Amino acid sequence: MARYILQRLLLSLPVLLLVVTLSFIIFYVIPGDPALLMVSPDASYAEVEALRRALGLTDPLYVQYFRYLGEVVRLDFGSSLRTGLPVLEEIQVRYPNTFLLAGAGMLIAVVLGLAAGLISAARHNTWLDRLLTLVVLVGVSTPVFWLGFILMLIFSATLLWLPSGGTGTIAHLILPAATLGLHSTADIARVTRASMLEVLRQDYIRTARAKGVREFLVLNWHGLRNALIPIVTMIGIRFGTLLGGVVLVENVFAWPGIGRLMVDALRVRDYPVVHGAALLLAVTVVVLNLLVDLSYARLDPRVRFD
Amino acid sequence: MGGHVGPVGTAPAGRRWVRLVRKWMASAILLWVCCAVLLIIVLSAVFAPWVAPHDPLMPDILRSMEPPQPGYWLGTDQLGRDVLSRLIWGARPSLFLSFAGVGLGLLVGGAIGVAAGYMGGRVDLVVMRLVDALMAFPGLVLAIAVVSAIGTGVGGIIVAVGVYSVPVFARVARAAVLGIKDAEYVQAARAVGASDTRIVTRHVLPNIMAPVLVQFTMRISTAILVASGLGFLGLGVQPPAPEWGAMLSDARSLVWSAPWAMIYPGLAILVVTLAVNIIGDILRDMLDPRLRD
Repeated sequence: MARYILQRLLLSLPVLLLVVTLSFIIFYVIPGDPALLMVSPDASYAEVEALRRALGLTDPLYVQYFRYLGEVVRLDFGSSLRTGLPVLEEIQVRYPNTFLLAGAGMLIAVVLGLAAGLISAARHNTWLDRLLTLVVLVGVSTPVFWLGFILMLIFSATLLWLPSGGTGTIAHLILPAATLGLHSTADIARVTRASMLEVLRQDYIRTARAKGVREFLVLNWHGLRNALIPIVTMIGIRFGTLLGGVVLVENVFAWPGIGRLMVDALRVRDYPVVHGAALLLAVTVVVLNLLVDLSYARLDPRVRFD
Repeated sequence: MGGHVGPVGTAPAGRRWVRLVRKWMASAILLWVCCAVLLIIVLSAVFAPWVAPHDPLMPDILRSMEPPQPGYWLGTDQLGRDVLSRLIWGARPSLFLSFAGVGLGLLVGGAIGVAAGYMGGRVDLVVMRLVDALMAFPGLVLAIAVVSAIGTGVGGIIVAVGVYSVPVFARVARAAVLGIKDAEYVQAARAVGASDTRIVTRHVLPNIMAPVLVQFTMRISTAILVASGLGFLGLGVQPPAPEWGAMLSDARSLVWSAPWAMIYPGLAILVVTLAVNIIGDILRDMLDPRLRD
């Protein structure tokens, strides 16, 4: 077990390095001259040149790259051009909000997705199965920001049950989290259904049924436990998409998280903040995927001996 | 059904056959309905100048925020512009950007995947790890990063939408190549002295098209969502040009006063994405028998 964990940890280091390298390429190599992106359009040549020197853009690319690696390791993303505060500080304030929203959204997605997938598999090829499959397909096709507006229209504007934006109480969290969760439900439901159908064909399920185990237990104990690996894999994959969706949902509901920070920063060409936020979200995905990998060993003892 | 003519055991098999045909018919009908819906939307986008009842850009303050009515079937927005006409014109960038972006992703990702799968060894290892790293960026975050680097012009948006599909195509193409690399017909081609270029273009590419095309369809729906997401964030097609995501963004303050301006653009995205998703699902079931129930 310890060896497996160590192996996975070591394997994720190169991926992290590549993610950092990729963000260096996107933010420092592709734009040609990042200094030109950061100054206001009417800046003088001397100002641009000063910024270029301050950012070290006059050095050769490989020097910039290794300096960049050093900065990232020390979590030094520079200062916001707008507020002058360190980027890390700006992000730190908002990261918990994003994490809370993403976590709550994922919880809703997992609960609904598992339920819908289980019901679909248990009632395979009935009208209920088909209805759920259709609902799931509609769910995956709905633009998440539009879903947010629709929920807002129903629960804030018409029923006056929930606030339409802001933060502070549980009530503020419900609509954004539901928007995010409903959008991610579909894939989890699909995989749950497919994986359960596969498992329900196995001999041990027939054995369980034959010895008179209640159907509820057959599904949830004998079935679901063995169907979990693909489902957990899908949850890991969904996290990436979910964190992309967070950016949109935060903007719909004026939720003070990293996604909103990033888009606001981009509008005023505050590139250090955009860069820090994007890199942090990517690293979050890598870490979450690592946790998913580690959970395999807990879910399925066979994995440890591979 | 004629089950009584043959041995007793053929009756269920016969019924299963009927069920399969019925299922095929049902999915065929669904397939055609979805294709028809898409075709109507594409055609009305292509012929927008003739189909759209009003000018999509001309403001008419006297008609601001009017509910749906004859002449203005989907109502007007805060500037009095006809929502239906803007939807029809807005289909152009939404569809074009998605198809161009996924096409770009297909070319780049497909080439990477084929190269990695065919060459194997160290190339495969290095290239695929880079692809993994690309996948770590949440799609929309990657798109935003690319737009911030290249800009919000048409080219920038296409790259932003396409980059997101590169890892997916690379993986699918690589897996497909690995599956047929050692097939007998490839070995035969090599045995008669065909060059690598010839083997790849003549024998490998045609045989990996099925999964790649299925993926192309699936990615179109994601691309539409990403492109409209960028538009919604103000990082895509710039106003006043009509684009579905940007229309939704314009209408965000109208949720209370003129919800139609917000409802229909989203519905348009939903309908197109749903149709593409259903077509993709059906294609996958047809081309990949292993996934059939």
